[in-house]
Amino acid sequence: MSKAEAKPENQFEPKIIAFLCNWCTYAGADLAGTGRKEYQANVRIIKLPCTGGIDPLFLIKAFERGADGILVSGCHPGDCHYNSGNYHARRRWNVFRPLLEFCGINPDRIQFSWISAAEGGKWVETINGIVDAVRELGPFESYQKLNTIGPETSGGAADASSETG
Amino acid sequence: MSKKIGVFVCHCGTNISATVDVEKVAEEAKKNNPGVSYTTTYKYMCSDPGQKLLRDKIKEEGLDGVVVAACSPKMHEHTFRNASKKAGMNPYHVEISNLREQCSWVHPDKPTGTEKSVDLVRMMTEKTRKDKSLNPIKVPVTKRALVIGGGIAGIQAALDIADAGHEVIMVEREASIGGHMAQLSETFPTLDCSQCIMTPKMVELAQNENITLYTWSEIEAVDGYLGNFDVKIRKKARSVDLDLCTGCSSCWQVCPSKKIKSEFDMGLGKRTAIYIPFPQAIPSKPVLDREHCLLFKDARKKNIPPNDSKVCRKCLDICPIAPVKAIDYTQEDEIITEKIGAIVVATGYKELDDISMYGEYGGGKYKDVITGLQFERLASASGPSEGEIQRPSDGKVPEIIVFIQCVGSRDPAKGCSYCSKTCCMYTAKHTMLYKHKVHHGHAYVFYIDIRCPGKGYEEFSLRAIEEEGATYLRGRVSRVYKKGDKLVVLGADTLTGSVVEIEADMVVLASAMKAQDDAEKFAQKLSIQYDKDKFFSEIHPKLKPVESSSAGIFLAGTCQGPKDIPETVAQAGAAASKVLALLSADELEREPVVAKVDRLPAPIFSTCIGCFYCQRVCPYGAIESEDIKARDGSTIKTVARVNEGLCQGCGLCAATCRSKSVELAGFNDEQVYAEINSVEFN
Repeated sequence: MSKAEAKPENQFEPKIIAFLCNWCTYAGADLAGTGRKEYQANVRIIKLPCTGGIDPLFLIKAFERGADGILVSGCHPGDCHYNSGNYHARRRWNVFRPLLEFCGINPDRIQFSWISAAEGGKWVETINGIVDAVRELGPFESYQKLNTIGPETSGGAADASSETG
Repeated sequence: MSKKIGVFVCHCGTNISATVDVEKVAEEAKKNNPGVSYTTTYKYMCSDPGQKLLRDKIKEEGLDGVVVAACSPKMHEHTFRNASKKAGMNPYHVEISNLREQCSWVHPDKPTGTEKSVDLVRMMTEKTRKDKSLNPIKVPVTKRALVIGGGIAGIQAALDIADAGHEVIMVEREASIGGHMAQLSETFPTLDCSQCIMTPKMVELAQNENITLYTWSEIEAVDGYLGNFDVKIRKKARSVDLDLCTGCSSCWQVCPSKKIKSEFDMGLGKRTAIYIPFPQAIPSKPVLDREHCLLFKDARKKNIPPNDSKVCRKCLDICPIAPVKAIDYTQEDEIITEKIGAIVVATGYKELDDISMYGEYGGGKYKDVITGLQFERLASASGPSEGEIQRPSDGKVPEIIVFIQCVGSRDPAKGCSYCSKTCCMYTAKHTMLYKHKVHHGHAYVFYIDIRCPGKGYEEFSLRAIEEEGATYLRGRVSRVYKKGDKLVVLGADTLTGSVVEIEADMVVLASAMKAQDDAEKFAQKLSIQYDKDKFFSEIHPKLKPVESSSAGIFLAGTCQGPKDIPETVAQAGAAASKVLALLSADELEREPVVAKVDRLPAPIFSTCIGCFYCQRVCPYGAIESEDIKARDGSTIKTVARVNEGLCQGCGLCAATCRSKSVELAGFNDEQVYAEINSVEFN
């Protein structure tokens, strides 16, 4: 299914942004590459040192900019390069998820996973899984519509800090 | 203000260019992007000519930002940053787009891979625009190493470091150094007497002037960072003054508590309350076991200071040292602090001793079902039976002995899925030791697979079978039960497809190597990682096998995973060489990826509101508080400050900060938002 030629015409191709930690999942994605494991091309990776360093506003921003789905992935519990960063990420997620629901955002659009540097196969499964799931959900138009109400924000990154500061 | 960015797209031979249209990627990078002033493609960017191209173009085009679209940053980020530095550009203005691992190797369709590559390059271009110049952080180095654990790994590492001329502090929690290797009878595959090769090393360590040895001591806390650790060591009360004591042996000869199970003999032998663990112990001076000593027992019961108890003072009375006796019942734990530059963790393993979890093998039920390490003590000349193989229950020489392999290893049902690596070999050795001592006896071995990867190992294992006549049965044991004074071992021989029943005199379980009981707590003290089995984790299983996740802390021996003696010694040497590399510099350079709390001109000073949530999440204790003072000395406000030396750059503080006052260099909000904003969504 990940082969482009096999895909039906006019099929919705969701855009997924993946926020990955440098030590586990980013390396896991590299391993999938080294192993030539094919997967769907809908994902754009943003690398950070640790999932614990991911500000929830990054995710909101990604939706605002038009992402249809988001993946946050880091080291398995106990394996965090920074000892406890992934636990903080998990805790933050536990608070953030109901908040998303409350705001009317389908939490299925964000997935959280643990993928180690040795799990290239799991990376492929996870990406194919989230792409298929978000394709089912369709484009995330409701949020994107909201975005058009306010002033145009696509002026580049220059205004990003002022928006969030 | 606007940067001049150069984009260099690598073909990687055909690794990238076969499935990504690199020319188009370069072209698109320039399109609608006034910041990008130069783009090119090149066959191999990482090659010398590739790097030269990068350097030349930085100079010719006056670039102040570079995107290299090539392989994973884990491969060549360092290469390209160095090249840029040589060209006079701050290396932290270089970003890598990972086209190979993320596009060309995983998306065989060329248009798809190209489209994604264009996106990835744009993301990194936008990030580069926000990159700031960073400079490596310089930290001074304390030229002294700490080795934790005095087994063969620790001894080897300590000797290697000390022989190179550096001071070493060794901390061992038992009363003597030596570890497990001192307990072994013989070693595979040469049948060298373990103590005969171990004790010279122990003596060498004791005599080395560069090494300070703390036995009966434990690590209390480790603070600080690479090159500058502050280590608190708890010297447990030994009740014996090591400076005064001569190790004359009078005290342990008169001690009336003689029936305490010896830890060194794995519970098979007995020791006194004041004791040395084994004859070649270093230091060869006793320790008083306060739990079992009659005097301390009495004092605890009556709730009086031990010195007031009059129950038994035989050791003190006989101590010939004058005028001040070497034995001191009032001694207390002492905490000492040492400044350390680098640490080797060599805390070793623990044998699976709770064999009662193997009730089906009679573990914990029958005295004559023993562990591998117990068998070592039985076979050892310094052991409880002086090397004669006698079964623990009645001292009879076992005529039929059964060895069961993989006890606690390769058994996910019992929570231990890994292979302990040494048991196949030590069981082969056990059968030989047994046959050498009990010529008419017969040894049976139940195994799953025989694993002997190592120099001379396969031959050694075959020798056990072919020359020494051990019977190897491929299959597992279902039950061990008692019948008279025999142990009936019921098992399967899967090669003949038959059930086997052996009436044995003794059963030896090839028990697994487990992580130390307190491995988790210890790892947290040192801020190092451990795996699912609580063995400490190296950063990279192949390329960084002795580096722990904390800079300046290295791993040696079985604390990192099961391994045999040659491997342990090799790893200890490797850890020592890493320590020496660190200690050979006067100053160390660290990656400047650290957090920073903002500072602004008066009257704001900092946007930090002083909530210190950052302090609560920081795994390294790197957040300090700083009082911003007025001229008259009064405090205007208290804000957070990051200690650059301690900070490891995880960014937890930045994500937690409510006032957005913390930024992580190299991954600040502006940079991340620039990446997010530049993804093309249509």
